[in-house]
Amino acid sequence: MSDMLQIEVKVNGAQRLIDVAVHHTLLDVLRDDLELTGTKECCVVGECGACTVLVDGRAMNSCLMLAVEVDGSEVTTVEGLATDGRLSPLQEAFLDAGAAQCGFCISGQLMAAHALLSRIPHPTVEEVNEGLAGNLCRCAGYEQITQAVLMAAEGGDR
Amino acid sequence: MMRADSTGVGASAQRVGGYGRVTGLQQYLADIRLPDVLHVKLVTLDCARAKIRSIDTTAAKQVPGVRLVMTAADLPQPVPRFGPQFQDRPILADRETKYHGEPIAAVAAETKDAAEEAAELVQVEHEVLSGGVFSVADALNPASPLVCDPALRPDDPLADTNTRREHRFGWGDVEAAPADLVVENSYEFPMVTHFAIEPHGFMAAPDGNGIAVWSTIQHPYLLQKMIGQILDLPLAKVRVFAPDPGGGFGGKQNPKLEPLLAFMALRTGRPVRLILTLDETFQAVRRSSAEVRVRTGFKNDGTLVFEDFEANFLAGAYIDIADRVVSKGSYLAAGPYRVPAVRILARTLLSHLPPSTAFRGFGIPQVTWARESNLDEGARVLGIDRLELRLRNLAHRGEEFVPGDTPADGNWKETVQKAADLIGWGTPLPPGRGRGLAIGVKSGPTTGLSYSTVRLLADGSVLVYSGTSDMGQGARTVFAQVASEELGIPLERISVVMGDTSVVPYDQQTSASRSSVLMGNAVLRACRSIQAQLQALAARLYDIDEAEIEVRKGLVRLPDRTIPMVEVLEAGLGRLGGELTGHGEMRKDAVPDHPLGGTAAFFEFNCTAIELEVDPETGHINIVRHVTVSDVGRALNPIQVAGQDDGAAIMGLGHTIMEHIILDEEGRIRNIGAIDYRIPTSLDLPQELVSASIENADGPGPYGVKGISEGALLAVSPAVAAAVTEATGLIIRDLPLTPQRVWEAMRDSAKEAG
Repeated sequence: MSDMLQIEVKVNGAQRLIDVAVHHTLLDVLRDDLELTGTKECCVVGECGACTVLVDGRAMNSCLMLAVEVDGSEVTTVEGLATDGRLSPLQEAFLDAGAAQCGFCISGQLMAAHALLSRIPHPTVEEVNEGLAGNLCRCAGYEQITQAVLMAAEGGDR
Repeated sequence: MMRADSTGVGASAQRVGGYGRVTGLQQYLADIRLPDVLHVKLVTLDCARAKIRSIDTTAAKQVPGVRLVMTAADLPQPVPRFGPQFQDRPILADRETKYHGEPIAAVAAETKDAAEEAAELVQVEHEVLSGGVFSVADALNPASPLVCDPALRPDDPLADTNTRREHRFGWGDVEAAPADLVVENSYEFPMVTHFAIEPHGFMAAPDGNGIAVWSTIQHPYLLQKMIGQILDLPLAKVRVFAPDPGGGFGGKQNPKLEPLLAFMALRTGRPVRLILTLDETFQAVRRSSAEVRVRTGFKNDGTLVFEDFEANFLAGAYIDIADRVVSKGSYLAAGPYRVPAVRILARTLLSHLPPSTAFRGFGIPQVTWARESNLDEGARVLGIDRLELRLRNLAHRGEEFVPGDTPADGNWKETVQKAADLIGWGTPLPPGRGRGLAIGVKSGPTTGLSYSTVRLLADGSVLVYSGTSDMGQGARTVFAQVASEELGIPLERISVVMGDTSVVPYDQQTSASRSSVLMGNAVLRACRSIQAQLQALAARLYDIDEAEIEVRKGLVRLPDRTIPMVEVLEAGLGRLGGELTGHGEMRKDAVPDHPLGGTAAFFEFNCTAIELEVDPETGHINIVRHVTVSDVGRALNPIQVAGQDDGAAIMGLGHTIMEHIILDEEGRIRNIGAIDYRIPTSLDLPQELVSASIENADGPGPYGVKGISEGALLAVSPAVAAAVTEATGLIIRDLPLTPQRVWEAMRDSAKEAG
């Protein structure tokens, strides 16, 4: 049996006490222990961005963090973007712009975009492309994703 | 004219399934949790080609939680083999590995950790075999070892070579064709991988006296058939679940590890689950690299006299669908032009490399790279404008540009002219820039069979059943739009059911940009069957002759009044409720004597035009403007068409300027995974990307639609390379045009000049 540790973490607004294997990544724990499967697994080396989540408001590759590292932190996943079943303006903009094709990268794109707009509420195209450069989309819907982020920014508060 | 503001045809309706994709609720295969599931990990060797002497599973079995370590010895003997073209792929490596990453054994355990730990402990005593076949030259060398056991190729005259098949196509007499100029060159196209962001995944579970299989597959019904054959089960006892794939691009067309999982599920009596790592997908799917030699004969005025191709495609150790890629791709090598004499020789070569398979464009990008680049070279020598040379030779609508096949099915000149206009062809170029323009054409499906069932429920909402896999192309959305258009029901009241072979009627496959046309017609016909039933219902209810009743877009028109369809439905169904069910079938039959087994259902025609500049210090290509124009017949959903065309264009830039698999001398992939194999990111885009469609409603699909999704990738490479030539004077015939390759070419040319 592997070593376990208990961590305390706020996930999508709810305080949780979780026993985690010390060698498991935040991604493992989100998907396998908490069954929050909206966060996706692809490259597991921090290059594709499919597993992007917010840790204390910062966009992080959850495949590169051990779960024990988020002890005492606040984690937001894609499941935490909508409130009371109402989509966030960013999610709405992704739908309106046709930004989600196969959709597998979209959770990560949304979280990276969310972090970007928190830092830069009204980004330029270049700033969006720079801010999302760590999130691969093989459908290559980059034009639509960028447009969605700009639309959400224009729409004001998120 | 149809309404662009509705949710019907021609509307940029929101993606059906979009909500799940922006909330994380969409269940991709890896998100499905089967109770009591065992986790599977594959065992592989760190070499391409090895003789397996023995496998010791003792230590692996002692890891707590391990329930099964399966090797070839645990399978029926001889080890069953399967494949969509040849039954050549063993379920697990059979006495010999033939490529780096070929699975030798598989562990099933209670946890992923235990499976991974045990897989490391499987001891494989093996002898690395030298002299593997890793290149076209190796494959053509008679001294090379044979990749495929000749015993698996009975009655095959090529069985003692590494040529799996040779294909010869053509017409006219190339030797006798009187050319003023002959241009002859060789072009190389790189080995690239699909890199869907969702890695392939598979699950299997005993299901009564049959089996259930889950796969990220594009062809669930082919998988059902293969599993049935391998396990000797009737189709009705093989249930395939095919959740929407997270990107396919051809790599997920054909069965791969599902048969192994099926055996493991039956052996353990439990559900089993295998999600590949991204690195493992590099060893599972790729595009065939190719070396294409082309001789093009011109008259002085630029008229094409002949085209002569020799194309060598490097497939893998097992063929998968690669040989079909070679035949179908090379068949159209001469392109959309009027050419009096054409000779094509194409070879599918075996190698000790991971299997190559279908990949967006299906063999066409390789031959297009060679043909279009050679046309440019001819134009330069003859002093003719490159656009003008193409327009002079381009087939007109209705012209049989490949004798005996479907005639040109579009006003293709319009497409080319639009691309030229959008790039500003003929206008002055800023210093240091170059432009290129190239044409790609690809056959749609040559055969096909799609069924759809549409159920109009008692409250006027609709269920559409379709066996298509929606992997991002947006099939659900366009089928819902067809139903919305025909039945006058808003999209919110329509659900599209896919991905379960026990529930959804048969569809041949999701490939060759077929679904809008073939499945689209099946859905259309199912809806029209419902309209006919409503007509009969209304005739009975209101005692009017059927011929006097018209049903269109949700309205039932009687001679004296118009009634909403739902009212007729409710009245007709009565107190017990019920529903109307329509069935639709769309068939594209085979043509027995045709070299490909059937004519093209339609052509995907695209013209790509590029303006770029090259950094003289680094060789980096900066694409200033990328124009892609596709003849789509009719855009059922313009925003989805633009998304697919943008995506294909950028994917084309991938193999044109950055992507290539690099092998070491032992046939191992050196740049495996996301760190060392780069695909385009948001920072690798053209400064401006313009996707445009030509819509003449002249396709065979609903409302005149043609297939899309591959066209915008076909001609990217030659358009970019031609622009590099104009910008720098350099002619480069190998892809990708990485900064290193371009910089070296600049350096060499400067040396020569100096």
